[in-house]
Amino acid sequence: MSSIYRIRGVRDLPREELFAPGHGLCAGCTAGTVIRHLLKISGRNTIVVNATNCVEVSTTMYPYTSWRVPWIHVAFENAAAVASGIETALRVMARKGLIDPNKRINIVVLAGDGGTYDIGLQALSGMLERGHRVMYVLYDNEAYMNTGIQRSGSTPLHAWTTTTPVGKVLRGKMQPKKPIAEIVAAHRIPYVATANIAYPIDMDQKFLKGLQVEGPSFIHVLQPCPTGWRFDPRYGIEVGRLAVETAMWINWEITMGDFKVTVRVPKRKHVKHYLRIQGRFRDLSEEEIEEIQELINKEVERINRMAGEEVIGPLAE
Amino acid sequence: MSWRELPIGGIILEAGNSVKRKTGDWRVLRPVIDQERCVRCYICWMYCPDGVIEIRDTPYRTKAGRIWNITFEIDYDYCKGCGICAQECPVKAIELVEEVK
Ligand SMILES: Cc1ncc(C[n+]2csc(CCOP(=O)(O)OP(=O)(O)O)c2C)c(N)n1
Ligand code: SF4
Ligand code: SF4
Ligand code: SF4
Ligand SMILES: [Mg+2]
Repeated sequence: MSSIYRIRGVRDLPREELFAPGHGLCAGCTAGTVIRHLLKISGRNTIVVNATNCVEVSTTMYPYTSWRVPWIHVAFENAAAVASGIETALRVMARKGLIDPNKRINIVVLAGDGGTYDIGLQALSGMLERGHRVMYVLYDNEAYMNTGIQRSGSTPLHAWTTTTPVGKVLRGKMQPKKPIAEIVAAHRIPYVATANIAYPIDMDQKFLKGLQVEGPSFIHVLQPCPTGWRFDPRYGIEVGRLAVETAMWINWEITMGDFKVTVRVPKRKHVKHYLRIQGRFRDLSEEEIEEIQELINKEVERINRMAGEEVIGPLAE
Repeated sequence: MSWRELPIGGIILEAGNSVKRKTGDWRVLRPVIDQERCVRCYICWMYCPDGVIEIRDTPYRTKAGRIWNITFEIDYDYCKGCGICAQECPVKAIELVEEVK
C-alpha cells in the first residue's frame, strides 16, 4: 500500500515520479497524466497489468520502459484474467510464507476503451464475479487509437472516427456510448467510479479508495486524445473540463451500492462548447448537436433521480 | 546486441530506462516559466503528461522581495512542448516560445 491515506489537495501528492519520461505518447496525451497520478497513489508496491493499447505500445518500446514498478503485458483481451492470476498467486505465496503476508501489493489493470468495452469485457466480468482484489483502470479515449482511430463501444454518438465517417450516409457513429461503468456496477463489486483528468484530486481520491477495498474496483477515466479527437494538444485538460461542465461526462462513485456524484455542476453549459473545440465533431449539423444535447438532458434527469437531489443543474449558457 | 544476450521473454530489466530517449527534440514550442510571476500553485506540475516539470527546493526572491521556498523548472531534455502547462497556468506565468533551429 502506498504511504498516502488521504489526499485533500495537490500538495499531498508525492513528488516521486514512478512513470519515467522518454515515453512515446503523443505530445499532450493526457494518458500520461492519468498514469503519473495512478502511480503516485499506488506507490512502489504495485504490479501493473497493461492490455494492448496506446499506453502499452508507447511506454515500453523495447528495449526501453517508462515503468518504475513491475509491469506486464500479455494480450489485448485478457488483462483482467492475467491480473486475476497474479492476485491468486500472491495470495498462495503469502499463505505458504514465500512472501510477507502483511505486505499489501496493489494489482492494477490499465486498459483502454477498446480493451474494456469490447474485447476484454468477458475477462473483466469473470474477474469481477470471482471477486479478485484488483483495481481495474479504464482510460477512455473513446476509440481504438493505437491502430488509427477506429470506433469502439465507447465512441459517443455522431463522433467521427476512421470507421464512422461523417458524410451523406453515415453521420459519424450512429449509436450512443455504452454505459460501461454501470455494467460493471451491476456486478455489485465494492467500488466503482468515473473520473476525469481535469479533476485530478477527485480522480486520485478514487484511485485511493479503489486500492483500499477488499475486492475488485473499477475506475473509469475520461482521457482526451488530441490525435484522435482532433484538437490542439494544449487543450487536453480544457476538453476534459468542458466534458464535466456540459455534463457530457459526470464524475460519480458507487461505494458498496451507495451512489454519489462527486463533482457537482450547479449550472451546465450547452454541449456545443464541448463539441466545437474538437475536430471529430466538426461536421455536425445544428440538429445533430441538439440531438446530443437532448441525450445529455435525459441523462442529467436520470442522474439527479439516482442522487435524490439536483446535483447537476439546469442548462445555463 | 544479438538475440543470445536478450533476457528470456522480452523482459526489460532496467526500470525506467526510457530516460535514455530524450523526447525534447519533438518540441516546436518551448514553455518558459516566468519565475517572477509564478505563484507556486503546482498546477502545471499536476497536469504535465510527461512529468517533466520539477519541483526544486531552490529558494527564489522576487524583485518585490517575496521569498519562495520552491521553484518549478522544466526539463527540456524531455518536454514535448504540448503547451498544457501554459494553457492551465492560472496566472499566465508560462509563455510558449517558438524553438528556432
Ligand atoms: C486480439 C487483437 N486484436 C487486435 C489487436 C490490434 N490492436 C492493438 S491496440 C488496438 C487498439 C486499442 O484500443 P483501446 O483499447 O481503446 O486503447 P487505445 O489504443 O485507444 O489507448 C488494437 C485494435 C491486437 N493487439 N489484438
Ligand atoms: S493517439 Fe491519443 S491516446 Fe494514443 S498516444 Fe496519441 S494522444 Fe495518446
Ligand atoms: S501553473 Fe503557473 S503559477 Fe502555478 S506553479 Fe506552474 S508556472 Fe507557477
Ligand atoms: S509543454 Fe507539455 S510536456 Fe512540456 S512541460 Fe508543459 S505540459 Fe509538460
Ligand atoms: Mg481507446
